[in-house]
Amino acid sequence: MKYNENTLDYVPTHEVHRDDVGARMGMWLFLFTELLLFGGLFVTYAVYRFLYYPDFKIASLELNVTIGTLNTIILLTSSLTVVLAISFLQKNNRNLTILFLFITDLLAVIFLINKYFEWTAKIHHGIFPGSEHLMSLPNGQILFYGLYYVMTGLHALHIIIGIIFITIILIFTANGSVNSNNYVKLENAGLYWHLVDIIWIFLFPFFYLIQ
Amino acid sequence: MNDEHNDFTNHNTSIYKHLLVWVSLLVFTSITVTVAGLNLGSYALIIAVTIAIIKSSLVLNIFMHIKYEDLIFKIFLTIGGFTIAVIFLLTSFDYLYR
Repeated sequence: MKYNENTLDYVPTHEVHRDDVGARMGMWLFLFTELLLFGGLFVTYAVYRFLYYPDFKIASLELNVTIGTLNTIILLTSSLTVVLAISFLQKNNRNLTILFLFITDLLAVIFLINKYFEWTAKIHHGIFPGSEHLMSLPNGQILFYGLYYVMTGLHALHIIIGIIFITIILIFTANGSVNSNNYVKLENAGLYWHLVDIIWIFLFPFFYLIQ
Repeated sequence: MNDEHNDFTNHNTSIYKHLLVWVSLLVFTSITVTVAGLNLGSYALIIAVTIAIIKSSLVLNIFMHIKYEDLIFKIFLTIGGFTIAVIFLLTSFDYLYR
């Protein structure tokens, strides 16, 4: 038994029931629902790509492959930094964990900034849902840009949620409630972040690199 | 079963392993971009999808630690992947042969 500093109550030091495997499984079950959410959109994409292939190819040429590639590298690297944050916490190196979670957040913000410039350029050229210019294009191109905005937009929303999630875990790590003996929350934040990365792995060639 | 996970976590080489996976993910990305620049016609899509599947299985197995999880996680993931595959396959048949 030992004292809790704030309340002067005895804190039981014997085993408190904790189910890390269950916690991770809960996260995985949630990720499967995400898989179905994006899976449905990818099926829609596949069908329209099949029906309007020439239009999809022309519309895809308008997208900036350089920004797309850069964002792919950024997201892959952020996946590395979040997994390294877990490795460092397992080695009981809290400072490096916090640093790497911060770098992950930073990379995510850079991703969003790139996305902002990319979308701004498109909107500047009159390509946005419902715009006069877009509506004058063939149906296949309207569908391509519709899917582009919905799917990369939904993905960007996940990036924003991921930034919030990782920042909360960063605070938990800093105040010690996530530590080398109890880090399943960090693992789950990592799982979420990797899923966002996997979705981008598919979005990138499907939208930016149509042959 | 949870010991398996702990074995991995105590492994000092895990950081190098993660770096290696990251490098291979970047290499695969550059292959995807390079292949898209070549004129391979319908093969380009097959190559792009194959590489994306390889990349995501690397992320799933190593970064998301599925390789070191209990069997039940692998079964769940397989069922999830299978479900998506069935939805894709049935939809494709619908549109290819309607």
